[in-house]
Amino acid sequence: MISQFFVLSQRGDNIVFRDYRGEVAKGSAEIFFRKVKFWKEDGQEEAPPVFNVDGVNYFHVKVVGLLFVATTRVNVSPSLVLELLQRIARVIKDYLGVLSEDSLRKNFVLVYELLDEVIDFGYVQTTSTEVLKSYVFNEPIVVDAARLQPLGPAAIFMQGTKRMPGTAVTKSVVANEPGGRKREEIFVDIIEKISVTFSSSGYILTSEIDGTIQMKSYLSGNPEIRLALNEDLSIGRGGGTIYDYRSSSGSGAVILDDCNFHESVRLDSFDMDRTLSLVPPDGEFPVMNYRMTQEFKPPFRINCLIEEAGQLKAEVIIKVRAEFPSNITANTIAVQMPLPKYTTRASFELEPGAVGQRTDFKEANKKLEWGLKKIVGGSEHTLRAKLTFSQESHANLTKEAGPVSMTFTIPMYNVSRLQVKYLQIAKKSSSYNPYRWVRYVTQANSYVARI
Amino acid sequence: MAPPAQSQRSPSPSQPSGVLIMVNSKSEVSDLKLQLRQLAGSRAPGVDDSKRELFKKVISYMTIGIDVSSLFGEMVMCSATSDIVLKKMCYLYVGNYAKVNPDLALLTINFLQRDCRDEDPMIRGLALRSLCSLRVANLVEYLVGPLGSGLKDSNSYVRMVAVMGVLKLYHISASTCIDADFPSILKHLMLHDSDTQVVANCLSALQEIWSAEASTSEEASREREALISKPVIYYLLNRIKEFSEWAQCLVLELVTKYVPSDSSEIFDIMNLLEDRLQHANGAVVLATIRVFLQLTLSMTDVHQQVYERIKAPLLTLVSSGSPEQSYAVLSHLHLLVMRAPYVFSSDYKHFYCQYNEPSYVKRLKLEMLTAVANESNTYEIVTELCEYAANVDIPIARESIRAVGKIALQQYDVNAIVDRLLQFLEMEKDYVTAEALVLVKDLLRKYPQWSHDCIAVVGNISSKNVQEPKAKAALIWMLGEYSQDMQDAPYVLESLVENWDEEHSAEVRLHLLTAVMKCFFKRPPETQSALGAALAAGIADFHQDVHDRALFYYRILRYNVSVAERVVNPPKQAVSVFADTQSSEIKDRIFDEFNSLSVLYQKVTTSFSQPFVLLCVTQIIKESRLTDIHKYLQPSYMFTDKEHRGPLEFADELGNLSIGEAANNVVPTQMVEENDKDLLLTTSEKEETKGSRNNGSAYIVPYDGSSTSVFASQTQIESAVSNPTLAGHSPQASFAIDDLLGLGIPAAPAVPSPPQLKLNTKAALDPSTFQQKWRQLPVALSQEISVSPQGVAALTAPQALLRHMQSHSIHCIASGGQSPNFKFFFFAQKFEESSNYLVECVINTSSAKAQVKIKADDQNTSQDFSTLFESALSKFGTS
Repeated sequence: MISQFFVLSQRGDNIVFRDYRGEVAKGSAEIFFRKVKFWKEDGQEEAPPVFNVDGVNYFHVKVVGLLFVATTRVNVSPSLVLELLQRIARVIKDYLGVLSEDSLRKNFVLVYELLDEVIDFGYVQTTSTEVLKSYVFNEPIVVDAARLQPLGPAAIFMQGTKRMPGTAVTKSVVANEPGGRKREEIFVDIIEKISVTFSSSGYILTSEIDGTIQMKSYLSGNPEIRLALNEDLSIGRGGGTIYDYRSSSGSGAVILDDCNFHESVRLDSFDMDRTLSLVPPDGEFPVMNYRMTQEFKPPFRINCLIEEAGQLKAEVIIKVRAEFPSNITANTIAVQMPLPKYTTRASFELEPGAVGQRTDFKEANKKLEWGLKKIVGGSEHTLRAKLTFSQESHANLTKEAGPVSMTFTIPMYNVSRLQVKYLQIAKKSSSYNPYRWVRYVTQANSYVARI
Repeated sequence: MAPPAQSQRSPSPSQPSGVLIMVNSKSEVSDLKLQLRQLAGSRAPGVDDSKRELFKKVISYMTIGIDVSSLFGEMVMCSATSDIVLKKMCYLYVGNYAKVNPDLALLTINFLQRDCRDEDPMIRGLALRSLCSLRVANLVEYLVGPLGSGLKDSNSYVRMVAVMGVLKLYHISASTCIDADFPSILKHLMLHDSDTQVVANCLSALQEIWSAEASTSEEASREREALISKPVIYYLLNRIKEFSEWAQCLVLELVTKYVPSDSSEIFDIMNLLEDRLQHANGAVVLATIRVFLQLTLSMTDVHQQVYERIKAPLLTLVSSGSPEQSYAVLSHLHLLVMRAPYVFSSDYKHFYCQYNEPSYVKRLKLEMLTAVANESNTYEIVTELCEYAANVDIPIARESIRAVGKIALQQYDVNAIVDRLLQFLEMEKDYVTAEALVLVKDLLRKYPQWSHDCIAVVGNISSKNVQEPKAKAALIWMLGEYSQDMQDAPYVLESLVENWDEEHSAEVRLHLLTAVMKCFFKRPPETQSALGAALAAGIADFHQDVHDRALFYYRILRYNVSVAERVVNPPKQAVSVFADTQSSEIKDRIFDEFNSLSVLYQKVTTSFSQPFVLLCVTQIIKESRLTDIHKYLQPSYMFTDKEHRGPLEFADELGNLSIGEAANNVVPTQMVEENDKDLLLTTSEKEETKGSRNNGSAYIVPYDGSSTSVFASQTQIESAVSNPTLAGHSPQASFAIDDLLGLGIPAAPAVPSPPQLKLNTKAALDPSTFQQKWRQLPVALSQEISVSPQGVAALTAPQALLRHMQSHSIHCIASGGQSPNFKFFFFAQKFEESSNYLVECVINTSSAKAQVKIKADDQNTSQDFSTLFESALSKFGTS
């Protein structure tokens, strides 16, 4: 049960504010914003998603730079409220096509309509985009996605997430196409976020894949859909089985550690033929989340060397090698490396003929940044940097710098080899042939090489 | 709706630029008022579109906090329309301002009531919702009729709204709601309605209403109990998949309170709910987990399996979803890991920090890594933690070093870890050195055998490079303690004394005094001048504690130097256990509140103050028709609340309130001021607090008159000297002084008579079962037993005690240690029953005390067993 819900802009303006129970004072949004902005408790600089000020519990999630906040005085399930906030953001996005400060401001009446139906007197009624359709009468004013402002100076390092297919579809579930008729289509995205930590000797310390099969359906009449996954897919329970399979992983079996499914998914024949059947509700939703720690080939190998080069000088060499096929191209690659605190200057030397690369030394936090527009599979890129120090380093340089971290997006590539073999739409008409988009993308979550 | 062609005139509502609006708002509002008035009576085509634009503007002002309540009359006049979008905006507006304009609100009743009878169910529902949201007490009479018909409406949407309407009515006027007999209608609906959301809403409403009523009405409290009766629970559980994911959480929460009659029922419920663990919604999964954990609390083996079963789903939830969601799940995982580290010890890699995680997540992970560290994974974990020590995020780097230290303190084999810690000292980063020094100090207190290796490295650190008070104090402590091993200790101390005035931290100055004293006893000629200077500076110090201590040292030195040495520099014993910051009782209570905020805050709610608050509220409602009752209805789940005085004051009078940790924590306030880590929970402290010491604090470190708990030890020793009778109460503390005061060794405690508990003489238990049980069972009893002098004398090797205890049917499964510290694990079985008792017993021969922890399958008899154990132990050496 929540008391209030509101959305704040990055500057702390109220974009939407709804009080459901009148138990929390009106000034809560201001109290909340000040607390989050100047958070300084337990030596941390970032406010946790849940905190308590004077008996009021504040929950917040950040979505596209906006703060979605709920307040309550009771001891509720934090998971429920945070999940709800995330869901509200998703529902709003389903309706507006694009979720941004601008689109919210233009459509706040519609958003209020939604909020009234999603929550009544603090209790969740429904978060189904589908069900809500019959209650919502305002039409969205669609904001042009191309006009979206980049999100500040960090944009280059955030593009990865922004460009994620699935979120790239900016069509409202209720708005009509200019032509008047809706295009029948369905999007299925297999999004994998990978985390790898390489030791200083290049050995893989930890690796994990967190994957999602995301679906967004624009099919009329809610037909049933069958989604077939790899037949050799297995879901390991407990470490033992995983190891058993791993020995025979030469056969290419895909072994998930664990997974969970959306409400609408029926698993009747999953055990037999690895197919999921579902009647996709409107809007965007994850069909399945999965987690995998089975060994996989990391898409990039990172080599980093830092060594002294005379008095008050050092040289850094970073090599990045793409270990995926040459018909695949990774984009928006960013490599970062913290340098010793006493670094005053860094001059860079790119490989000859380098295009679409940029380098930077961030004086404030002593970080080296190397951005590459794209990397073609099989290629290797090198960056050399000459550092100047303000004091002599006593200790081992490798303890003062690093680790190297990397972000990237690789479209049409997935490391887990999990596949959607086919996507069957049950509709008894020969002329009915909607567009089916099945896409894969791999992204770096935490991709780190120690030095 | 008209697309972007927004009005061209001054600030459009879609881009309010705060300042401008504030300046213009007054004229804007009156402008709006005029325009609305013009449109009110108009029937011209397209008038609805213009109204929409105006309404939108009004709502946008409302959102950004401009008071548009003066438009109330005009808004109501304009609401005579069939346009549903307009209606909705009007409802929203009315709901917002009716409370402050009760008279005007009356105007809306008419059209809302009419809309409640509209043929479109959508409009019926919306109107009913708005009607109930007016929150005006003198209008409640108009609600009863529409609500009654709403509950019977053929459309489920209207029923859904009506059910919530009943709850709203209850909050405006409880008596009206009860008198209209709405709760029993809701109960009927809950059990018979075909729409699951109606059912779910009934459940929410009834839970709220009956909980509030329960304190005054027995019937209500019976009804509340009836909600968790078998038929209701089964009815809901059987339909669980039809409910929305949110309603499922509601049902699951209710199931948590249900007590099944037997184990087959438990398994039925768990089988039914098992697939809920695969739900993508974390709230559903956590609610299910809570049910599983609660149901199996008394079934140790199954409980264990539940942990294994929920591991994978939890880890999946942590890695899917937004950082905020994973934080909520991770906090729960953290709770489970702290509760049962061994279950997760092979999954330690999941708790490695990722560089881009927020620090609140990293912090949780570091604690988990510390908890799961065991013999097999310590090396990897410590290696990983050492990587973080060079982290750019300095607070996390510090935490990581502390984590290494904690692991070192809980492991028996610290060989490799000590090396790492010493490497930290060589890293030459201020904060790393500082943290590492504090750790090395703690480590030396527990493992004095490492002093040679550590001191060699510590000796190389220049005190000038150490600035943080904690670290400086640690360094000074080591200088004093190991001055015989550190060549230049007296001179380092001397230079520190010379800079006395520049030292701002009283803690450091206190340590300096003690360290100089210790150094003096070990190397008198070299330290004498420094000691004189230190005492002079100390006595002149403005800080009371520093002054007192210097004076005390001065006087005791004058009294007798050898007494002074025994007081300040007695032979040390290693610290066996450092105090835990959070009592296991609090941890248990947080566990009981799984899937709630308590887990995230790591604090317990003051759950029992809630009914009382509600009772107050009911009275307030009865006595006065307070329209503003909502603010009294805040169940006081306050963790840090100081402002919320109302209910808390009442609750205080109840005398059993415990807010947050203060009252639950056995640690007195004085203790909290010091760093928890520096506190030693020594063997004798618990007993001693019961003794005659009237300051009531439990912070005595009797045998260590110099270390961090200096305040305490000073007063302790002072009183021991001035009041010899006290010494009898703290035999251990006064060991050194005993002879001096001619008291002799205190008499052995009276031997308690053995109780009526019979043990199986041929009990058997294999080590792995023992280990498993030891981990699962909570500590039933933890106490300290004195060992007779004869016993101490007989305990030259562990084996001696083993044979003795075996003759009392208490068997040993593991033992170790050497004089003066011995550690034993015993077990015993009840005669003709398979109920086990497990004992951890740490005997320190120099203090003649045994620390005993007892765990039992059957908690009820653990006291009897403890007495039996004590009596057996007391006979050791005599027979």
